[in-house]
Amino acid sequence: MDEEHIPAPARRTLGGWLLIGVPYLWLLIFFLAPFLIVFKISLSQVAIAIPPYTPTFDLGEGWQAIWDGVTEFSVENYLWLTEDALYWKSYLSSVIIAGISTLLTLLIGYPIAYGMARSPQSLRPTLLMLVILPFWTSFLIRVYAWIGILKNEGLLNQLLLSLGLISEPLTILNTNIAVYIGIVYSYLPFLVLPLYASLERLDGSLLEAAEDLGCPPWKAFWKITVPLSLPGVIAGCFLVFIPAVGEFVIPDLLGGSDTLMIGKTLWSEFFNNRDWPVSSAVAVILLLILVIPIVLFQNQQQKMSENN
Amino acid sequence: MPWEDPDQAPFIEFRNVTKKFGDFTAVKNLSLKIYKREFFALLGGSGCGKTTLMRMLAGFETPTSGQIFLDGQDLAGIPPFKRPSNMMFQSYALFPHMSVEKNIAFGLKQDKMAAADIEARVAEMLRLTKLEQFAKRKPHQLSGGQRQRVALARSLAKQPKVLLLDEPLGALDRKLREETQFELMAIQEDLKVTFLIVTHDQEEAMTVADRIAVMDKGELVQVATPAEIYESPNSKFVADFIGDVNLIEAKVTEKSDAGTRLTAAHDGFLIDSDQVTEAAVGDTVWFAIRPEKIRVTHGQSGPDAVNRIGGSVWDIAYLGGVSIIHSKTAAENVFRATFANISRIVEDPITWDDQVVFTFDRSAGVILAG
Ligand SMILES: Nc1ncnc2c1ncn2[C@@H]1O[C@H](COP(=O)(O)OP(=O)(O)O)[C@@H](O)[C@H]1O
Ligand SMILES: [Mg+2]
Repeated sequence: MDEEHIPAPARRTLGGWLLIGVPYLWLLIFFLAPFLIVFKISLSQVAIAIPPYTPTFDLGEGWQAIWDGVTEFSVENYLWLTEDALYWKSYLSSVIIAGISTLLTLLIGYPIAYGMARSPQSLRPTLLMLVILPFWTSFLIRVYAWIGILKNEGLLNQLLLSLGLISEPLTILNTNIAVYIGIVYSYLPFLVLPLYASLERLDGSLLEAAEDLGCPPWKAFWKITVPLSLPGVIAGCFLVFIPAVGEFVIPDLLGGSDTLMIGKTLWSEFFNNRDWPVSSAVAVILLLILVIPIVLFQNQQQKMSENN
Repeated sequence: MPWEDPDQAPFIEFRNVTKKFGDFTAVKNLSLKIYKREFFALLGGSGCGKTTLMRMLAGFETPTSGQIFLDGQDLAGIPPFKRPSNMMFQSYALFPHMSVEKNIAFGLKQDKMAAADIEARVAEMLRLTKLEQFAKRKPHQLSGGQRQRVALARSLAKQPKVLLLDEPLGALDRKLREETQFELMAIQEDLKVTFLIVTHDQEEAMTVADRIAVMDKGELVQVATPAEIYESPNSKFVADFIGDVNLIEAKVTEKSDAGTRLTAAHDGFLIDSDQVTEAAVGDTVWFAIRPEKIRVTHGQSGPDAVNRIGGSVWDIAYLGGVSIIHSKTAAENVFRATFANISRIVEDPITWDDQVVFTFDRSAGVILAG
């Protein structure tokens, strides 16, 4: 280990602390504070008022009033979530739909990222551009566009009919299949980009070395390329899975009435039932469910940066 | 020596091999024979086509024309993973996600070898390359020298017919490089495998190789033993490329069966050589003489002196074991002579601006065509 370079411990200046402080401040203002508000609402009760729950805090009324409010908190809303099967079914169904979508995205995204990383150097910026291009139009509009493609008299059915592949239009819209299509389409770039980054970094001489040692190219792909792109695969899958679990727009626009996803449940609780406390409790539990993959993802990122 | 025996079949043969990348010709109509158990070095400057030549043998590049034979077999159309050669890559190309022993075992597993045999061979390779205590480490936990040895062990594990080494020691520091050169020679002696090494370092090639092929711009310039290359270079390029040399432009003034007389083009001094040259009287040639074959003494050189070059000392480089004296002639040409520092204390040392003469024997230099 004599040739190893050991970096000196970083000494932080005021500027350094500020630099580190900014993201924490950001998290505090835009994540922690709203979360605490939601958490507080989830412990409150519905009321016919504006806002529609009680207690509400007014800092002007002094500490005693706030303390009185705190004593009114209850976990009743959380208990309610366990009583009605709708909620756990929504959570479970969301996780399953997100999981299947993530797998499908990986199956489609891996060849795309691989092809991009293997394409001539001069072509790569263009290909990257094409992957990012959809972000230039609104997400909502792109999901709407899929309605036009998937509906019974839509583009896809017209194409299949005219090719004679089917004799009757397929019902895709308002089914879970449409939700899968929507999620795969919308989140594909989030998987392709990190995967491409890790595949592009892969040293081509490793594959040559494997081949030189008697390993045919298809086997070298499994023995070398796949394991070395695993960090990219994991990062990409988390980036698809985590937002997909809480997805609302796609199941709402493309899914059917029987498509159960927690985002939809939360929305109807909030807007249809005007039950802010229960919908807040739904949101808090969703966050708790997602904390597991988020922590795993963070660990993975940490390990990756340590290895480099 | 096998290369002197016309009946000996070559083990590796390049026959009129050309490789083009687009319009650029990296290897030009090259023919070369390498014999079994040779330690053969390809030597040349950066970009002269050494790696390309080796990669064609390994199967990573296809010759544009010509044939390559290994042990009598035409290699055309055989993919790299079926060739009986193994390569040690310039970058080592160790698999970062595998431990040292897994790296070494990788090639053996491809052959569907029994697990116990693999284990035994890996242990043997670890011992050979003195890596036993690093078996479980990952490549990024090793120093440069250790990585180099893993790469060597991995490429030797399959007992290839030929081991190809592309600048294997390029990333090591000088001392480690020299040690490793001797280790490589010992391993080659031990395993009796044919080694083909690519290097741009002439000292390395001279140290390890039985024969050296000097390459320039995709062509072979000279193929010979290190001593022949050094003492009898066949061209100005080789003389200049290998070691230090004084190159003197001169005209052939007399020729006989006993030797040749030259007149230096710029300083007019006379050179007598016992070499019988093909150049005609009046031709311009180059006289190449190594600095260590020149004697330096205080003194002046007369007008008709033969094999004596007068000048004043312009620079002295003391290197410990030897010193190099640079002297300038009247026509401002610089000649270099080296001498061994045999004594610790010298009575009358040569120093800056001294008048000195360089003298040499009739057999000390080589006459090369212009
Ligand atoms: N794949 C390639 N495409 C185009 N040119 C190449 C390729 N490989 C090598 N060359 C060119 O061929 C020449 C010889 O390369 P190389 O064999 O690697 O040289 P060396 O190993 O002697 O330094 C160089 O000029 C290099 O730029
Ligand atoms: Mg090279």
